[in-house]
Amino acid sequence: MYNSLEKICQIAKEKKIPFYQVIISDNAKEDALSEEQEMEKMLVVFRAMKDADSKYDPSLKSASNMAGTQAAKLMDAKESGRLLCGDFVASVAIHALKTAESNACMKRIVAAPTAGSCGVVPAVLLSIQERCGLSDEKMAESLFVAAGIGGVIAARASLSGAEGGCQAEIGSASAMAAGAAAYLAGESEEGIIQACAIALKGLLGLACDPVAGLVEVPCVKRNVLGAVNALTAADMAIAGIYSQIPPDQIIDAMGTIGHVMSPTLKETGEGGLAVTLEGLKRRNQMKM
Amino acid sequence: MNVFEIIGPVMVGPSSSHTAGAVKMACVSRKLLGEKPANAKILLHGSFLSTGRGHGTDKALIAGLLGYSVDDARIPDSFRYAKEEGLTFSFGAINLGEMAHPNSAKLILTGVSGKKLEIVAASIGGGRIRIEEIDGLKANFSGDYPTLIVHNQDQPGHVAEVTTMLQHHFVNIASMQLYRSRRGGSAVMVLECDQEIPEEPRKWLMHLEGVTKVTYLSLIDPEEREGVNV
Repeated sequence: MYNSLEKICQIAKEKKIPFYQVIISDNAKEDALSEEQEMEKMLVVFRAMKDADSKYDPSLKSASNMAGTQAAKLMDAKESGRLLCGDFVASVAIHALKTAESNACMKRIVAAPTAGSCGVVPAVLLSIQERCGLSDEKMAESLFVAAGIGGVIAARASLSGAEGGCQAEIGSASAMAAGAAAYLAGESEEGIIQACAIALKGLLGLACDPVAGLVEVPCVKRNVLGAVNALTAADMAIAGIYSQIPPDQIIDAMGTIGHVMSPTLKETGEGGLAVTLEGLKRRNQMKM
Repeated sequence: MNVFEIIGPVMVGPSSSHTAGAVKMACVSRKLLGEKPANAKILLHGSFLSTGRGHGTDKALIAGLLGYSVDDARIPDSFRYAKEEGLTFSFGAINLGEMAHPNSAKLILTGVSGKKLEIVAASIGGGRIRIEEIDGLKANFSGDYPTLIVHNQDQPGHVAEVTTMLQHHFVNIASMQLYRSRRGGSAVMVLECDQEIPEEPRKWLMHLEGVTKVTYLSLIDPEEREGVNV
């Protein structure tokens, strides 16, 4: 794993190989496997993402009754043509809700990087695959891009809501998805890390204040935010709009913000939305 | 950190730290015990205590003690399976101090043959864990590698004995840590290895003068190592 996005780009340039190849060859060494075997492993993971999406049960509710059936509502609204953002954005939101709600209902998902943020990366990737007809192999390559970005964030800041707040989960997932999306759109390493930078910058400071301490409110709907943010960030990078603050320094800022954030906003369920009147009411209902 | 820890694991929800991490820390504890646990007293700290119930942390810990992996669909029903397997358990609260990771638990285990083990573990994000303490002594390892933990008196030569033994069995050390309570007091070495360490040399270590305890984490589940008493 690398601890700098700049470093990954530098290696890619020196060796004249794509971003994902830098990550795959490093990890193959760590796992003592061939690059082909690494690719096979990632294909299994990508298919597990697809599986979680296709096995969504539109009738299922979580134990607290706060999560479930939302993706189904959005699908109905899309069918009847009532949505504002167009079919592509609707499909992104539907995919994000499907996986995030399945997670809340104790179904099998792929943590990417965490379970609370598990809807972001598949929402972006599955929507792009459906629209552009890309192969599973190409999608697996983009997952190595996402993983490389996540590795840098883990090394310089954190991927855990308990340590860094929601910015470390939905923020990181969005940055990873943005980089993957830029790669799928044909961007070079510079475009990839710029998409990542723009996505992460927009979510800095996001608190982890789940109602009743559950991975449901606001987590499920925030997966939609993370996915849409990733795509608009990738679009900006594709257009040549670059971040004024270098990507690695944005990750450092995320680490510092997470460090000074009150513990009540770091997955303890003791601050923010969790202690609103309604939030407390829901928590008390869960106790019975 | 590995690529497949960041994109992955494939797991049963809802939380990588509070569900998958909990499964893993209990599963590693089961392997450290080296046999099927018969009784478990589990004490929850910090965020595990305040939000664990809603994340299924309790169900996840029991699932791990049963040897389930993090993507096992039986996790939500682990209490029922524990009953079938004859595993009794209780949950309580503990304050492990300001310095402890917020997602921590202490597991006090008794195996089917009466073997006892106390583990303090932390779920450090993304489903990854760290074993912090074994039987009250500091440890610090991930549970991702075959791991040898040797408790000994702080005196010259023990590190050489252990590493020479590993060399003879072609075992490569991935990481190594040494701690001691005070000069000449009780010491512990934690060695994460790239290969499994055979049983014979581990037994040999236990008979060395000054070695008080040898604990081993094999990545092979105790039930798969049928009849082997570690």
